[in-house]
Amino acid sequence: MSAPRRILLTGLSTHWGGALAQELERDPAVETIIGVDSEEPRVELERTEFVRTGNQHGLLRRIVDAAGIDTVVDSRLVVDSTTTAPKLAHENNVIGTMNILAGCSAPGSPVRKLVFKSSAHYYGSEQDDPAFFTEEMRRPHAPRTLIEKDVVEAERAVADYAARRPEATVTVLRFANTIGPGLRSSHTRLLGMPAVPTILGFDPRYQFIHETDIVGALAHAVREDIPGVYNAAADGVLALSEVIGLMDRRPLPILPPWGTEVVAGQLLGRLGLRIPPEMLRQLRFGRGLDNRRLKATGFDYTHTTREAVIALREHQRTARLHSGDARGYVYEREVEEFLRYSPSVRRGEGASAIGAGNGAPPSSYDGLRAKEVLGVLGSLGREDLLELRDHEAAHAERTEVLAAIDRLLGGGTRADPR
Amino acid sequence: MATRRTSLREADTGPEDGFGAVLGELQSARLPAPPKDLRRLLPGLEPERQVTDWGRSERVEELLDRTMVEFLYRYWFRVEVEGVEHVPLEGGALLVSNHAGALPPDAAMITRALKEEHPRSRRLHLTVEHFFKGYPGFSMLVQKIGGVAAHPANVHRLLHDEQELVLVFPEGRKGTEKLVKDRYRLQRFGRGGFVEAAMRARAPIVPVAVVGAEEAAPVFASLTLLQKLTGLLYVPLTPTFPHGGIAGMFGYLPAKFRIRFLPAIPTDDLGERPWRNPGLVQELAHDVRGLISEHVIDMVGTRRSVWL
Repeated sequence: MSAPRRILLTGLSTHWGGALAQELERDPAVETIIGVDSEEPRVELERTEFVRTGNQHGLLRRIVDAAGIDTVVDSRLVVDSTTTAPKLAHENNVIGTMNILAGCSAPGSPVRKLVFKSSAHYYGSEQDDPAFFTEEMRRPHAPRTLIEKDVVEAERAVADYAARRPEATVTVLRFANTIGPGLRSSHTRLLGMPAVPTILGFDPRYQFIHETDIVGALAHAVREDIPGVYNAAADGVLALSEVIGLMDRRPLPILPPWGTEVVAGQLLGRLGLRIPPEMLRQLRFGRGLDNRRLKATGFDYTHTTREAVIALREHQRTARLHSGDARGYVYEREVEEFLRYSPSVRRGEGASAIGAGNGAPPSSYDGLRAKEVLGVLGSLGREDLLELRDHEAAHAERTEVLAAIDRLLGGGTRADPR
Repeated sequence: MATRRTSLREADTGPEDGFGAVLGELQSARLPAPPKDLRRLLPGLEPERQVTDWGRSERVEELLDRTMVEFLYRYWFRVEVEGVEHVPLEGGALLVSNHAGALPPDAAMITRALKEEHPRSRRLHLTVEHFFKGYPGFSMLVQKIGGVAAHPANVHRLLHDEQELVLVFPEGRKGTEKLVKDRYRLQRFGRGGFVEAAMRARAPIVPVAVVGAEEAAPVFASLTLLQKLTGLLYVPLTPTFPHGGIAGMFGYLPAKFRIRFLPAIPTDDLGERPWRNPGLVQELAHDVRGLISEHVIDMVGTRRSVWL
């Protein structure tokens, strides 16, 4: 199959949807990115087009067919039952998945690839689990919680789709529990408590995945052809006590080993901490995944589990300081449409490339006009100037730029006699 | 608390072609064959960590080793070790031993013997019942000192992928429940699941005969009523338990311990996929059991006394 160029993303308003769209926008080979969701996107996007739809497959099919979509990325599975009401979650996870699959399975559908974001809740968390789940393993018991049931059912629908359309590349990624600065989930909330409630007498094994690796893995599955099921979880399985230690918190074993559900619901619920049932099971038995098959396809994780936990700690320590700046973006339909379609907008001239400040990559640098380069030279340090001078001399060789750099470097030597 | 006994063979999933029958929801035709050797993709070591991916904690192990195990090994049981050279210097190997006594100290003593006597001080992982993972307290402790649930996938990963030593007690619970009058009569060796695990990993089997454990923690009777009340695997009546409380579980008598490692039995020269041949698996399991039994009887027969 040729490289995917026309991509449809579901769940654009979710954290993953938005981040993945931003990642794919950077790839010039991608012609079109269309995001569908029932809510507005929450991050700033440059060329992704947003279409507000529900989960009705009739509408989806029209979009898919009209835009000639060749790749569908489904990133809208709800895997944390505290974020959504159970009924909505089921509607979204099972009915929504079936509708999306129906939307891209009409005869003659242009869709050639489906990437499905699933969850390690597929495996559940049980007493007689293996220490590391591999992709072939089925869960030893029937799903016990609603979310687990949803995940298993949604995956079954995807498997059926794969069997029905052998010409399509279907990739299912089962992600471990996610943590990261940009994210609020049951786990980040739990680990954010000054003392972390645990179940007395249990120290489960925990594996996380950093949010950038989720986006990376989804993008990897879009770019490469890797049909099949893959576990996506960071290297390293930590004991919960280790995680709590890394977070600089104290464990607080207040959940009794028996009657855990009742105490968790009554006591902690009253204190404002909801521990969903699927998480209670993990707090007891833990879970580990074998992540090697995804690595074998050439994917590199940026964070180990330990590093992901440390990143979360660093973020939580400074969260007070940068609260506020993240909420900057509001989706305004008229503005977005103006930016994308108005003839007055000057596109592709690097208008914003240099405004971004530090570290503009050399490829876009060469496309800049001399005047634009001169404008930013003053803000650069001595090392950067030297580097830029070499680059300029090797590539564009614009005399006025070289002269300006020399002038600045000359000034630098006076200030810094060496 | 529901406890489900799972021997190596009984579990639902097994490595390699055992998976053929239990392929996930996607049909096998849709799954590309996994790369032959995933071993080089094992996660790297993070030197800052003190707990392994299996949940084993160096710190806890070290602490126990320096206190209780040291005392038991050196002064209480005065462990005598033979044939430690039969444990390979490197690569995976499956140690198979007889097992008896209430909360048997034999696993800890074999672990210590390898650490003490083996030229490479190899560390050992012991397989334990899934039961331990569900019981508060035990679930923490067992994992921290190197216990791994007896799941075929776990054994395979340790033996084949990580090239570690694994200790199994194929007698399982039948061994620990055995009363003192039956001491040193080896029970049935499961269904040969351990042989299968070794064959799949192409790892040698090292039979280990242990004498002393049965006198150190004799079981006079099984208290069925108490077991039902507590939900424990079994509740033995020993010299100090249950009237001595939880600490009574560790009230060992000072029997003399003898551990004999027997020559390794290779499993990589049995042809293609020998685990597909149940006859061969049973035969090898039977041989191993016979070998251990023979040496146990020999050691019981030639020892000076139970205590010295």
